[in-house]
Amino acid sequence: MELSQLTAHELLDKLKNGQAAPKGILDSLCARMQGLEPKVKAYARFKSADKLSLNAQAGGLLAGLPITIKDNICTEGLNTECCSKILENFRPPYDATVISKLKSAGCSIFPLKANMDEFAFGSSTENSYFGPTHNPWNLECVPGGSSGGSAAAVASDEAIWALGSDTGGSIRQPASFCGVVGLKPTYGRVSRFGLIAFASSLDQIGPITKDVEDAAILTRVISGYDPNDSTSVNQDVPDYVESLGKDIKGLKIGIPKEYFIEGMDAQVKSVIEEAINKLKSLGAVSGQVSLPHTQYAVPVYYIIATAEASSNLARFDGVQYGYRAKSDSLIEMYKKTRAEGFGEEAKRRIILGTFALSHGYYDAYYLRALKVRTLIKNDFDAVFKDFDFIVAPTSPTPAFKIGERAQDPLKMYLSDIYTISVNLAGIPAISIPCGFTKDGLPVGLQVMARPFNEEMLFRLAHAFEQNTEWHKIKPRL
Amino acid sequence: MSIDKETVEYVAHLARIELKPEELEKLSRQLHDILGFIDKLSALDVEQVKPASHILPISNVLREDEPHICLTPDKALENAPSKSGNFFSVPKIIE
Repeated sequence: MELSQLTAHELLDKLKNGQAAPKGILDSLCARMQGLEPKVKAYARFKSADKLSLNAQAGGLLAGLPITIKDNICTEGLNTECCSKILENFRPPYDATVISKLKSAGCSIFPLKANMDEFAFGSSTENSYFGPTHNPWNLECVPGGSSGGSAAAVASDEAIWALGSDTGGSIRQPASFCGVVGLKPTYGRVSRFGLIAFASSLDQIGPITKDVEDAAILTRVISGYDPNDSTSVNQDVPDYVESLGKDIKGLKIGIPKEYFIEGMDAQVKSVIEEAINKLKSLGAVSGQVSLPHTQYAVPVYYIIATAEASSNLARFDGVQYGYRAKSDSLIEMYKKTRAEGFGEEAKRRIILGTFALSHGYYDAYYLRALKVRTLIKNDFDAVFKDFDFIVAPTSPTPAFKIGERAQDPLKMYLSDIYTISVNLAGIPAISIPCGFTKDGLPVGLQVMARPFNEEMLFRLAHAFEQNTEWHKIKPRL
Repeated sequence: MSIDKETVEYVAHLARIELKPEELEKLSRQLHDILGFIDKLSALDVEQVKPASHILPISNVLREDEPHICLTPDKALENAPSKSGNFFSVPKIIE
């Protein structure tokens, strides 16, 4: 096997005993990219892999390993453009906290950033200023989104591992569509400092990896309190790798009845049911549970997320950074800059969010949405009194065709129906590969747990993974 | 509740986004559909429910007001589309 095809922990072993060198890993990735990237388009600004080099970091736990970063996480001196024209050529003057942590651990930041939906607005990576990414399992399909570039890069072995961000499913859904592992940590577990904000009460950075062990290693490195993010929580970060390899006998998994309804693809349903049976055969105890406000999650999300986005994206006005349209008047300069700099979905969301916050509509939309958010969170609290996990599909369908939902925003928004509640409730959730449809598209199993219980997620996910072969199957490219 | 073209135009002005006539037309239609879907929320009785602006029991996070290392003017201005000395420069506001 080529080095690019290995997991991070396999490469760390090889680096340790001298069977691989950092240069060899980079060369292997570049060779892989040279052949595949023109088809997959996982990276935002790929031209050629010829001149790519890595800044070696001083020693550390992850010394010698490169990592791919989503285009909305600030990397000092490296283009960070949120795949938007309005941030064209933006090179941050500082590193996000997760990047500083990775560098201190010895990790090298891959010089090209991963493609994404503009400002993370989307579920398909079709909204990128740089054009869509293609799913490595079927190049006519989307990789999911918004972290579609990160997931496609990992799935096609054009990256060893990657960071994404998840506001309503943007790590888990592409992980599911691309057959890799993706974790959205608990809100407050990972610092958001240097993550270009979409919806600040929902955003969280997390890993996209080839297996559960890599996700555990990466989560350990990026987690922890950061004085630069007042919503990060000062709570010890456990050694997540220690939670791997334990059995899951007697652990209680709840199956939410509201998730297994009309709209779920029949093949996804049967793959998920088989996965649940597997968990039971490994000793987990299952029971049906209810999350009665599930049907309200998507509408609540599209009020709260767009309201926060409209406020966060006010900073893109052509003054301090990024694109500026020519004009002699300040207000006109703002309006033209934003008209020319933002793509269609960004405009739609900013305007929807501005509407929800505007005088006369605030109570009916924004305030009401915040109240329903409380009800959604209460649903989860009630289930977690009796159950350790909630298990569900990550997405109601496998990857869909490029262009299929692009003209129907509402249909696209419904792609996130199983992932959005998790962000609203602030809990952690992981998506792991659990099978394929007849057409050979991957299906992801989503597991949710109580706040700050990532350890338990890794334990269950690892037990499932080690007793199945799904994570070892690679796309034929 | 519904949204008409005039409201979309007004909100776009608040958001400082210039819309072409065809964009306004399309957006008004799409937002009408999206808000129709969102109106599902009005069926719920939330009179007694407290709003959750975020889910952590954290409020008013303060730090000591002490000088610390931050961006230098040069670095802060590195990405400016237009600058003059140590300032961002914008079109003239006052006649």
